[in-house]
Amino acid sequence: MKKLVIACMLIAMALTLSACQRKELLLVTTTSVENSGLLEYLLPYFEEEHGVKVRVTAVGTGAALNYGRLGQADVLIVHDEKRELEFMEAGYGEKRAVCMYNDFIFVGPDSLNGQNLENALETLTEQHYFYSRGDNSGTHLRELDLWETHNIDINRFGSRYKETGQSMESTLMMTSFKGYYTLSDRATFLAMNDNLDLTIAYEEPDSLRNDYGLIKVDPSLHNRDDSAADLFYEWMLSKEAKQLILAFTVNDEPLFTPNE
Amino acid sequence: MFLEGLREAIELLLSFDRELYGIIGLSLFISLLATLTAGALGVLSGILISVTNFRGKRLLKKLIFTFMGIPPVVLGLVVLLVLAGPLSNMNLLFTRTAMYTAQTLLVYPIITGSIIITSEKTQQKVLETATTLGASRNNKLMLLIAETKPFILLSIILGFSRAISEVGAVMLVGGNIRGETRVMTTFIALNTSMGNYGASIAMGLILLVIAFLIHTTIARFRSDFYD
Repeated sequence: MKKLVIACMLIAMALTLSACQRKELLLVTTTSVENSGLLEYLLPYFEEEHGVKVRVTAVGTGAALNYGRLGQADVLIVHDEKRELEFMEAGYGEKRAVCMYNDFIFVGPDSLNGQNLENALETLTEQHYFYSRGDNSGTHLRELDLWETHNIDINRFGSRYKETGQSMESTLMMTSFKGYYTLSDRATFLAMNDNLDLTIAYEEPDSLRNDYGLIKVDPSLHNRDDSAADLFYEWMLSKEAKQLILAFTVNDEPLFTPNE
Repeated sequence: MFLEGLREAIELLLSFDRELYGIIGLSLFISLLATLTAGALGVLSGILISVTNFRGKRLLKKLIFTFMGIPPVVLGLVVLLVLAGPLSNMNLLFTRTAMYTAQTLLVYPIITGSIIITSEKTQQKVLETATTLGASRNNKLMLLIAETKPFILLSIILGFSRAISEVGAVMLVGGNIRGETRVMTTFIALNTSMGNYGASIAMGLILLVIAFLIHTTIARFRSDFYD
């Protein structure tokens, strides 16, 4: 019994020591960045180089910004420019930069054959079932913004417009099962493509560009050592990280483009 | 933060938001229907299993007891695979029927299992006495059902609690579609993920109040459970 207690204490001490040795960083990201496999590929390079352990939590953009406000994150990677700027203006963020981008695409069972975005949106509204994220995520807000800027009333869908209130992954699976249409970021779609019975229905990389913002949370919101956050922020914008991001592919297709 | 959420929750409850109360109604409806179906089937098969002897009875009981603790998300997965695979022509995925099916399957072993346990316990006590008093086979069966009755109610409450509180199965097979398949638990999951803690707290409170009311009502009929 005594031996067991001593062994437990030794293990506990070893764990505490090893935890103390390495700096830690709390990174809260939007799910597409984590679930596409980018972080799993990218972070070991940074961790190796700087001896920092990065802990990643993947949530929706809205929730990520909320964690930032509550001081429960050191660095955020999110994608909703409007709310990011509000976040910065309110003083929750110390600095912000667009670190990379890809684009949003409409996916569904068939191509929408749209000559332009407006045309594609019209076809969707007139003929097809549509799954909206409905969860205030960056993708959801972008989708709502698209209808609004093209003067389309989503009520025209009637009961063919449905809100799933779930993650991009779940919504894509549901869309695939039902043969509906949805709006997705390219990274999540490509990362899951093997499990989906969907095709790109409409794409227009320039006007549907999807910027990922890198934000360092204001350190006065928490009591952690934030030197690792500075290191990470700078590293994500470095030439090295950019090259790594560019080299990251799924089925030979790049998922993100570093911002120049 | 909790207090702020609590205030928001009370405001939301008093606003009599139609969507909010629609979700509560749907939750109660589906869970109740599933529990009643599973209850009818479970009580019957539970008593039947307890009074008959057959080959593989031990194995069957072990299986039922195992399924009493199946994680809802695993059951949801099975229902999802069936509805999206062999039964895909019926177009049942992401419908209320799918949710009802999953919850019925979830609750059935809980009710059956607890009926088997209690019925076997009463058998030992009751049947010996009844046999010495010269009761017929039918008399004995009726007696057994009468003696198990209080536990039937208890097992149904257990089943209902499980049905209304689970999130994994209804999320998978219902899809949490707004106005169609969104129930209290998936509403809480969604709003928490969005950082709307007020809405989540409101719904969590309602869930607790409903559970409390159920027990208060039962206590009126069966005060012996609570004394």
